[in-house]
Amino acid sequence: MISFEQRQDEARKKWNALQSSKVPVIYVGTATCGRAAGAMDVLKVIRRTLKEHKLKAKVVEVGCIGPCYLEPLMDIVVPGNPRISYSNVNAESAQKIVENYLLKGNPLPMLAAGHFGENGHPVTAGIPRFFDMPMLKHQVRVVLRNCGYINPDSIDHYLANDGYEGLKKALAMGHEAVIAEVEEAGVRGRGGAGFPTHRKWKICRSVAGDDKYMICNVSEGDPGAFMNRSLIEGDPHCVVEGLLIAAFAIGANHGYIYINSDYTLAIARLKTAIDEMSELGLLGKNILGSGFDFDIIIKEGAGAFVCGEETALIAAVEGRRGMPRSRPPFPAVEGLFGKPTIINNVETLGSLPNILRNGASWYKQYGVPGNYGTKTFSLVGSIRRGGLIEVPLGIKLRKIIEDIGGGSLKKFKAVQTGGPSGGCLSEEYLDIPVEYESMTAAGSIMGSGGMIVMDEDACVVDLALYFLNFTQKESCGKCSPCRVGTWHMVTILERITKGEGTTEDLTKLQTLAETAARASLCGLGQSAPNPVLTTLRHFRSEYLEHVQDHYCSASCCQELVKYYIDPEKCNGCQRCAEICPTEAISGVRTQLHEIDFSRCIKCKACYEVCRFDPLAGNAISIKSVRRVS
Amino acid sequence: MKDKDYQEIFSQFKGKEADLLPILLRIQEKEGYISEEAIRRISKFLKLSENQIYGVASFYPKYRFNPPGRKSIKVCMGTACHVRGGKFLSDAVGWKLGINIGQTTEDKRFDFQRATCLGCCTLGPVVKINDDVHSRMLVTGLKEILEKHD
Repeated sequence: MISFEQRQDEARKKWNALQSSKVPVIYVGTATCGRAAGAMDVLKVIRRTLKEHKLKAKVVEVGCIGPCYLEPLMDIVVPGNPRISYSNVNAESAQKIVENYLLKGNPLPMLAAGHFGENGHPVTAGIPRFFDMPMLKHQVRVVLRNCGYINPDSIDHYLANDGYEGLKKALAMGHEAVIAEVEEAGVRGRGGAGFPTHRKWKICRSVAGDDKYMICNVSEGDPGAFMNRSLIEGDPHCVVEGLLIAAFAIGANHGYIYINSDYTLAIARLKTAIDEMSELGLLGKNILGSGFDFDIIIKEGAGAFVCGEETALIAAVEGRRGMPRSRPPFPAVEGLFGKPTIINNVETLGSLPNILRNGASWYKQYGVPGNYGTKTFSLVGSIRRGGLIEVPLGIKLRKIIEDIGGGSLKKFKAVQTGGPSGGCLSEEYLDIPVEYESMTAAGSIMGSGGMIVMDEDACVVDLALYFLNFTQKESCGKCSPCRVGTWHMVTILERITKGEGTTEDLTKLQTLAETAARASLCGLGQSAPNPVLTTLRHFRSEYLEHVQDHYCSASCCQELVKYYIDPEKCNGCQRCAEICPTEAISGVRTQLHEIDFSRCIKCKACYEVCRFDPLAGNAISIKSVRRVS
Repeated sequence: MKDKDYQEIFSQFKGKEADLLPILLRIQEKEGYISEEAIRRISKFLKLSENQIYGVASFYPKYRFNPPGRKSIKVCMGTACHVRGGKFLSDAVGWKLGINIGQTTEDKRFDFQRATCLGCCTLGPVVKINDDVHSRMLVTGLKEILEKHD
């Protein structure tokens, strides 16, 4: 068997050979978001085009580089020239680009999104630098540094980019020194609560006994959040390296990765990573000659949001119903199979290799005192430039939404952070820094990284109902404040969105929410009322207009809107009448159509046809009308 | 599933309680759902009561207890899809197929599921049919993709 250093040298040579390849290299982002946008078709077309013209080129599949709104992304490196990235490619444009660039040497600057080299190169004239794009300019890539850059299925690519250097250093430093380094760096749990990582570790380290467990929590259950999945799909080794470092620090010899079974691509990449590591002696007995033994088992979860909670996750790994238990004893003292266990979030683990490799003081250049380092967010919703981003902590919310995201599509209304456990913040809170404490003070939470922007088309009452519906379904049912409380909140919110609520309901809602938050057993129930509490606090007027005027200003709540045809614009094309599933629309061709409200089920089909069909006149509108009392 | 299939799955495990969730997953991957027969066999293998197995399996949204359709439609109910009108899509799918979430059409062509989040939030609203993800869906575009998968 060759030594780790030899393999590292080989990997660097291979990497350099790829960088200075004599033949062109084409990179395609094939993470989940890229695939959804059609990256696999693009890949097929590229391979076919190369074959047709008998062109020699390497095709490399990479992870997600972040700007999902540009997917599918295709990068081409022609020897001697900088890497050029093309966005929103489809089968047709991919063929055109490959043919023009590789055959005729014309990189088609019109279609290029950016290049990765220095400005001034003749080939890249008319193309901006990729990292100068507004979405990327304000970002700092620490955890995501390799995503979209290396082939996630190749340990060589990772090794060539300083992979496992952090582990090597950690093994040489010794257990206590690693914990001290992480304490010095001020790492806080990126799962949402922000508990100092070293403190958890110290408790576990101090418990006597040799049987300890280290678990990586990939039970990413929040709707609208995909940071952890993207990280594993783009750079699985950095998470596993982090897991090894953490396990070494606390003295655990067994590791589990608890991952949602729907993350098929991420699971496949982790399996490949683990196989490659075992081959290299990075797993198993006596890792890198340090005397440290470690093995990893991938445990596929079967859904259930509550399994993100530590004790529920442990129950799920043990093969039971994923229900939390009361603490203490904390898992650090008595966890999996009754042994001391540390559970860390994917992103927390992903930052460890960087901290160990570069040192705590390097890490502390990012962020602000008390909140060091970076945080990844999935910036989605009604935003111009959505995707996966990484920013230093302490950055202003406004900067994320306006500078990185390019602002909301229509007039900004709110930003939702922390998923079902978080809250909605209105425009006036956009100038607060993104830090654990300030986000909590504003009524929301930092959360695991979901950030959903809403414009004037979204109704906050509807959103609160959406989240409560979610937590009510996901409540495990063990304690009554959560089980019954969420159910009652859903009932009241449903009443309000139907225009059947009273002002008294708002008081009831407030009391219920506060009680459930105080009395629930675990984090799910304690935080479930957050969407209600924050919307009541920041958007009370919107609740009042639903209750008093039976009016939804966003024209979102179905019971409070009606569909109208504008007589000025309707050209009588009959498109809407054809598509209406209930035959609610009638009218003769070329004459004004009418909607029968008693038959209309508000399915939005006519609205879409009227807006997007070239023959239609964009005459149908959805409006809520204020009741005059 | 035949006797041999069960044996093949069970042979990958040690027979501990902690193996229950992965065994259920493997069986569902193979057969599409968890049948009563499967629960009986797991009960013998793991030496747990059938009630306990059903109790655990029914706790997790992933496991299904009805045979699936030939094609599976998943409408994403994630937050990003919701604010972009995902609810209209799930209503329309139900309306078009005449079934509710969790059911299978009578001719076994389609079954209809909700997904918490399919992880392509910037492309919402999203509908997934088997492994094909259809992004930026419209209610009026459903007819076309349903026909495509006929």
